[in-house]
Order: sequence, then structure tokens, then C-alpha cells
Amino acid sequence: MKVTREDVLRCARLTNLSLTEAEIEPMRQDMETLLSHAESLDSLDLDGVEPMYQGLPLALPRREDVPRPGLSQAEALANAPEAERGYFKVPKVL
Amino acid sequence: MIPLTMTDARKHFEAGQMTAVEWVQGCLERIQRNDSALNAVLALEPTITLEAARKADARRARGERGELLGLPFVIKDNLQMRGWPLSQGSRVSGQDRGAFDATAVGRLLDAGAVPLAKANMDEFAMGSSGEYSAFGPTRNPWDGSRVPGGSSSGSVVAVAAGYAPLALGTDTGGSVRLPASFCGVSALRPTYGVLSRSGLTAMASSLDQIGPVASSVEDLVAALGGMAGRDPLDSTSVDLPGAERLAHLRPAPLAGLKIGLPQEYFSEGLSEATRTILVTAMDRLASEGAELVEVSLPHTRFAIDTYYLLNTSEVSSNLSRFDGVRFGERKPHQELHAMISRTRDAGLGNETKRRILLGAFCLSKGYYEAFYLKALKVRALIAEDFRKAFEKVDILATPLSPATAFPFGERTRHPLEMYLADVFTVTQALASLPALALPAGFDKGLPVGLQLVGPALSDVRLLEVGAAFQSLTDHHLAHPALPTPA
Repeated sequence: MKVTREDVLRCARLTNLSLTEAEIEPMRQDMETLLSHAESLDSLDLDGVEPMYQGLPLALPRREDVPRPGLSQAEALANAPEAERGYFKVPKVL
Repeated sequence: MIPLTMTDARKHFEAGQMTAVEWVQGCLERIQRNDSALNAVLALEPTITLEAARKADARRARGERGELLGLPFVIKDNLQMRGWPLSQGSRVSGQDRGAFDATAVGRLLDAGAVPLAKANMDEFAMGSSGEYSAFGPTRNPWDGSRVPGGSSSGSVVAVAAGYAPLALGTDTGGSVRLPASFCGVSALRPTYGVLSRSGLTAMASSLDQIGPVASSVEDLVAALGGMAGRDPLDSTSVDLPGAERLAHLRPAPLAGLKIGLPQEYFSEGLSEATRTILVTAMDRLASEGAELVEVSLPHTRFAIDTYYLLNTSEVSSNLSRFDGVRFGERKPHQELHAMISRTRDAGLGNETKRRILLGAFCLSKGYYEAFYLKALKVRALIAEDFRKAFEKVDILATPLSPATAFPFGERTRHPLEMYLADVFTVTQALASLPALALPAGFDKGLPVGLQLVGPALSDVRLLEVGAAFQSLTDHHLAHPALPTPA
């Protein structure tokens, strides 16, 4: 399994990381090692095997749709790095 | 001398020799005396702690009783508790504080338990050694040059060092059980869903579970009894069958109990000393009439790869919200996307970035089928292995780790070596089974753990068997001589 420098940069773009130059090559090597090891799964015959997303095959019960108290605006904003007039504030997008 | 177990505490309370305030003051002093050497604690809030202890004393004075009333407990720092810091072991969290009580924490607080400290942990619960905390590694109280195991490093060390009789950790692939093994305490990974995940910072949602840590099964039982039960805030939570037996748990009769020993777990990777200790433990159970049966879990060797493909995929998705917008420490920039990536670059540690990148790779176009989907299918095969084994036996007994706690730095340079530390603990997480870690002996002064695994939702039965083991052995009563602070 080859992992290229481009693969690392593509994954970094997808996940909002901009790696430093010094981080890229060690990450590439680690990803290559771990993904190559994971190719062991190729030796299994998985025809007809259903993927298992969750542990217990129980129907997920829904709660009653009744209003219940949540966080107040002040509580929801308490950890915000920047807030203004009840909003989370971010840098200009356009 | 502060009581180290709930049983001791009950005697003190009943004899009128101790108040909850005195108990938590003793615990806080113990932390102040020892934690510069161990680094298990990230945050204390003595005002909140003492107020909660006073309330517990008032409830007791009004005649109220309960195992949890006045009991100090430590909380892993990825669990929300209103007003307390919430770092998740990461710099990216900045000065964040909990906005509400995680359901499991809230239920303990309602029962009168007293919050003592937030515990150190590997960043976002990713790590097997406790070395990946942004706030420095936690040290093993049995040998300060060795890791305590992770990721619930601080929670487990808090119990092992006698800071508190109970701690909450979390277990995604072994994160309460592996450190429990390395530090000589008892810990339970409940069946997925038995404890609500509401208020637990998600790492890998299909695998994450909260797990109690204590010095005996008896104390785990009291904690589980206080926390278990369906929660409308977590749709995957379930009621625990047999929960009513937790109030007066009796050790399981061992005569006729069929204990399966999976041959794949006792293969060449296991150290001789650990094998000998586990064989001795099994012989002890057999001498009481348990029947030992060799079983096979043939897909075990695929478990680490399966686990890390699924774990990293879920991590890459779950951790995208640490973007400096709604919480955490922002690294300012005039442009939104640059602000987000600067925040993440500066705030997230190396292992966290590695898992995010790997997960993004596994989920990306062209690789999804080859990695993520394939791992989900192998997960089904691993679960099927267990289902077949439980047709033949009542429970399984396995090692928790190939060997005892390793020295600092031994595995941090090679992520694969670190991941392989979880070889005996990821399968139960993948199959959503309950698993109990119990002290089983010592190898050159370092604890060795035994793992008991049961079918899904057999948690109560598993604890009954664990209680039977601890009624026959005294490994869980050993305590480390704490290292002197530097």
C-alpha cells in the first residue's frame, strides 16, 4: 500500500488541517505502515457478510416528542471564543 | 486514614466516625501530597467538592442511606460536569467548562456522590499508555518509570493511588481495562448502551462506553447500580437486565460454570509470567468446580486492523467540530478557513492528527470500500466468533495485555506498536460485549490483570463471577507504596 505526499495533503485539506512541512513525511510513513498492515483484511472472503455498524441489534427507541429545558443562550455561548449579540462570531466569509 | 473502599466507608459512617466532608478533605490532601509525582489530576474545584460533601452529610443526618451518599469520585476529563473544566486532554479545548452534567455523572451526583477531581487522559481518549495527554503523562503508581496505561490514565491512577474509591473512565477499545491491568484495580466496560453516552465527548461513537473503575467488584457494582438504565438523551442506551440484583449482589456459584479460554489469546505473544499468573487464577476457579473449556475466536488476529480502521474513520468525523467556532481556543485569522486550520494545527496533538488523517483516508472516495466497509464486515465476523463461543461456555477468561506496564517512550515512536498494546481489549468493544478487568497477581512487582467477558447484556452475571473470584483471591487488596514527590 503506497501512500503519497499528495494523499496526506488531500486528507489534510478534507479535515481542515494545514500540516507543517516537518509533519508531512512522518505522517505519510505512519499512514503507509498502518494501512499496509490493514491489508491483512484482504485475505478474508467477505462475500455475503453484512457490515456491522452498531453493536446491539435493538430498535432504537425514540423519546416522547415533548419540549424539555435545554441550555439557555448564555450557557450555549459560554465557551464561545467570540460571541456578539447572542451569536457565535466568526471571521468574514465573503 | 481515609477509607479506600465503599465497604470501609460504610463502617466509618455507621460508627459515626467520619463525615463526607472529612472524607473528601482527606482525599484532597492525598492528591495534593502525591499528584506532583503522578499527574493523574487535571482540575480540582474544592469549593464545589466541599459544598457537595456538606449536602451529603445533611442528607445522611436526615436519615438517608446509600452506598453512594458522600462517596468521593473522580471523573475523566471527557465527561461533562456543569461548571468544571472540560479539556479532553487537549490544548484545543482552551478554558472550556462543562455546560451540563453527563447523564452518568448526574445520576451519581443525584445519589449524593461527591465530585472530587477531573482526571488526566490521552488526548480525546486516543492512546493506550497515558502518554498522549497535552498536559503531560500520568505515572504508574507501582513504578514511576512506567506508563499507567490509557486512555483513562488519570481515572485509574486516582483509584490505584487511593485518591478516591471510584472513578469514571471511558473505554473505546480498552481504555479502562488496559490501565486497570497495568495499575492493579478493577474496571468494567459495560455492554454498549448500558451507560448513557450523553455528555461524553464522542471519539468513536459506535465503540465509546463509560466504564467505572474501583478497587473491588463490590464497589463497581454500587457504581453501576447508580448509573445504569435507559436515558432519553441517548437513543442507543438500554435498560440493564437483572439490574435489581446489583443492590444485593451475591458471588456466582462456580460449580458447573463453564469458562472458555480462547486459544488465540494464550498464543506466543503472551509473556510467560502473565500466562503463569492467569493459569493459576483459572486453577483457583476450577478448584471451586468451574469447568475450563478451550475455545477458538478465529478472527482475533484481524481485530487490531479492524478496530483502528473503524476508530480512525469515526474520529475523523467526530473531531471536525473542534474548529474554534463554538468552543475551545481559537487561533485568530482574518479568513474563516485559515482560522479553523490554524486552530486545529495548534490545538491538536500528533496522535490525534494521525488518526484524523487516517480516518479521512479510509472514508475517502476510492478507499471507502477497501478499508472502512471491509472493516465493518470483519467486525461482524469477530462478533460471530463470540456468539459461537457463547453457545459452548458461560463466560470467557483472557489476558488483558501481553505483558505488564511498559516504560515511558517505548512505543510512542511507532504507532503500530502502541496500537498492538490493545490486542486483547478491542475485540470485546467491536462485538459490544461487557468485559471486566480484575487484578490477578504480580510480575516483578507490577500488576497483571485478568479479563472476564460475557455475552451482551450479561453485565450483572459477569460481576457476580468477578465477585466470586475476588472472594477467593486478595490481589485486589494490594496497594502501591506511592513514589515521593519530586
